[in-house]
Amino acid sequence: MSTSTWRWRQPSVLPGFGLSFGFTLAWLTLIVLIPLATIFLKAAGLGWAEFVEVGFSERAMAAYRLSFGTAAAAGLVNAVFGLVVAWVLVRYNFPGKQVVSALVDLPFALPTAVAGIALTALYAPQGWIGQFLEPLGIKVAFTWIGITIALVFIGLPFVVRSVEPVLADLGRDVEEAAATLGATRWQTFTQVIFPAIGPALLTGFALAFARGVGEYGSVIFISGNMPGRTEIAPLLIVTQLEQYAYAGATAIAVVMMLASFAVLLLINLIQAASRRRMGA
Amino acid sequence: MSTRATTESPIMRAVLITVALVFLGFFLLLPLLAVFSEALREGAGPFLDALHTPDALAAIRLTLLIAAISVPLNMVFGIAASWAITKFQFPGKALLITLIDLPFSVSPVVSGLIFVLLFGANGLFGAWLAEHDLKIIFAVPGIVLATVFITFPFVARELIPLMLEQGKDDEEAAISLGANGWQTFWHVTLPNIRWGLLYGVLLCNARAMGEFGAVSVVSGHIRGETNTMPLHVEILYNEYDFVGAFAVASLLALLALVTLVAKTVLEWRFGLHAGARH
Amino acid sequence: MIHLRGITKRFGDYPALHGIDLDVAPGEFIALLGPSGSGKTTLLRIIAGLEFQDSGTVLLGGDDVSRTPVADRHVGFVFQHYALFRHMTVADNVAFGLSVRRGKGRLPKAARRARAEELLRLVQLEGLGPRYPGQLSGGQRQRVALARALAIEPRLLLLDEPFGALDANVRKDLRRWLRDLHKQMGLTSIFVTHDQEEALELADRVVVMNQGRIEQIGAPDAVYMNPETPFVSHFVGETNRLPAPGGEIHFRPHEITLAADGAEALLVDNVFRKGAVWRAEGLLEGSGQFVELDLPSSGDAPQLGQTIRFHPHRARVFNPNGDQTQGETR
Repeated sequence: MSTSTWRWRQPSVLPGFGLSFGFTLAWLTLIVLIPLATIFLKAAGLGWAEFVEVGFSERAMAAYRLSFGTAAAAGLVNAVFGLVVAWVLVRYNFPGKQVVSALVDLPFALPTAVAGIALTALYAPQGWIGQFLEPLGIKVAFTWIGITIALVFIGLPFVVRSVEPVLADLGRDVEEAAATLGATRWQTFTQVIFPAIGPALLTGFALAFARGVGEYGSVIFISGNMPGRTEIAPLLIVTQLEQYAYAGATAIAVVMMLASFAVLLLINLIQAASRRRMGA
Repeated sequence: MSTRATTESPIMRAVLITVALVFLGFFLLLPLLAVFSEALREGAGPFLDALHTPDALAAIRLTLLIAAISVPLNMVFGIAASWAITKFQFPGKALLITLIDLPFSVSPVVSGLIFVLLFGANGLFGAWLAEHDLKIIFAVPGIVLATVFITFPFVARELIPLMLEQGKDDEEAAISLGANGWQTFWHVTLPNIRWGLLYGVLLCNARAMGEFGAVSVVSGHIRGETNTMPLHVEILYNEYDFVGAFAVASLLALLALVTLVAKTVLEWRFGLHAGARH
Repeated sequence: MIHLRGITKRFGDYPALHGIDLDVAPGEFIALLGPSGSGKTTLLRIIAGLEFQDSGTVLLGGDDVSRTPVADRHVGFVFQHYALFRHMTVADNVAFGLSVRRGKGRLPKAARRARAEELLRLVQLEGLGPRYPGQLSGGQRQRVALARALAIEPRLLLLDEPFGALDANVRKDLRRWLRDLHKQMGLTSIFVTHDQEEALELADRVVVMNQGRIEQIGAPDAVYMNPETPFVSHFVGETNRLPAPGGEIHFRPHEITLAADGAEALLVDNVFRKGAVWRAEGLLEGSGQFVELDLPSSGDAPQLGQTIRFHPHRARVFNPNGDQTQGETR
């Protein structure tokens, strides 16, 4: 019996591997890898001192705080209401449910700029909603509240679509077991159902958060773009670019990407650890 | 009448449904309605006029062109990638899938920045391009590139889970009966995946036509030349031409609605998973 | 202990149960036996309160619980697929029923933990408290489910095909173990199964159900030896059915006497071993019908072409309406 040679991949009956894999790799390299590498190369070329100076300037820090803060706030709102929406879509039947389910995907399909001007029209001082809030002293447009509202719009589908399949798959027998053991409906929800969908909810939050941090089109209209106050990080990058301050733009971009990556990595690690702990 | 003894009281159910509907109505429906309402604020006349300006028509043409180039390209790529990943065994699959997902996790502005760094006047290839009198940034090719980057994952992300679920049995049967690769793909695989493919293409298209951030960075906002519809909306809005802005926006909103309707029809016909994985 | 009167249930157009009456004495181990669609699981769930009957009354221990919610019925339920809470440890699973209790009956944490430990000892899973359900085998998970149900000191234990999801070997072991546990605890128990071997082995009384009705209730031996309807006769144990004047005659393989002067004769066309019996197929003398005949495998194998002469020394005759017209020997 000959010793088996190490094969990089298992031989397969189906043809076309070379072609499909090769094409995939080529396209991927060309369109994704090379462009991404440039960012990091450029940032590396800055030198540490300049990188820190531009990437963590006062103005940049304010922008980060705003982008990450509003994304987190919007993520939380979506986590709560997205859960309600997912619950209602999975568990209940009501007239127009199909329409509602389709509506949830609107933020995916609607161009961000369209969402941006629509939201501004609603919440500007003379807007549909803004006109009622103005006399109450509540300012929405051109404040972080407006930004958060825009990010709630953007992030909702992520939460709903992450939670829905898990909720649908949850066997009813676990809830029935809890009931036979004497649990009230609320106890069953908090101690049995919610922990089971927790990971999916966290994933949905993470996706909504990541999207919110980088969001541009739907935010720049309603935010007012005041540096230090309502200037989101992506906008700061754009203004730097318009001033040909490539170094500044790159530094900020890198900081944003690393921070987002860190958050996502953290969440993924938490999920993995919890999966491992429960045994598979 | 529910025979289940383990569900919320009817009152609780009504409350939850109401909360969900109010939330959705407020955050999702209202903006959508606002677009159409603002567009028709001064009546149908000004609305149609706004769509007929040369700049608007140029923007529409450009948007369609971008979509016509990037969607087929990414469709081919998506199919190739899904075929490689789902029909074969090789190490590094997870890494490959993560890489495919990369454009999703990057801010659109950063995506645009990348291409500026590569092909802009001071970019990596800037000098070479200037020498050969080629413009990528602030020209149509740049916009195409940025759009291709952004919409890169859509088709693949739809097809991969679908093809994983379908397995290799059908293709292996075809091969054993003497079909070659292309025949197998064309007559066996493609019919199996056609609804998922259509769905991915729809989403890809919606995003290609509606992309704003990345395109904004690379386009240079040259009216009549490098303005896509979303960019045109921005320009009009910043000039306080609200009716004009919303008129163009309403076309895009209409596109979104068509996409949603088509998606619902596809899901209903084909029983796709409830849009997860985005 | 349990009294059901006139239990009727429909699911939409589908009639699941037709006016079921049943009495269960305290400490009894009852099996609800029947094929799928017989309504046995529905009946069990109605007793538990997981479904509500359309009409009829449910009495548990003297209390009318017909409209009482499941959480207040104090009934232990074991599900076919265990229904364990995957994100909780085994110990927390078992203690769950105690931890959700409010008011007077609520035990302090230490007492709850002690009770959980005690129950895990009872089901022979001592020390597995800190593990998660995902780390246990199927048989272990089912025992955790049982411990969890027993923790609340229910007045009644209900089991829905508890061993259905397990391997044959594990099933046999757990069956024996459950029987011993019942002897030890004396808790009134009802379990649902489609496996008649299981029902006959475990139960004090067997309730045979078919299409939403009770066909027969009796001790395992009685149901086996004296089936009262053609369905019971056919469903429980191996049954030979031959045409007879007035209907059909049913008899077990071991109720055959082979005799040269036997009243019946079968011309063997095909023969094969089927479990514990020889199955012979062929034409029956007299009626000329093609029938199957099961003979105890303790005897010689029938030969092809052989004519087997026999008569049943014990049989039941059923007319086309399903009524028994003649019992016992013929």
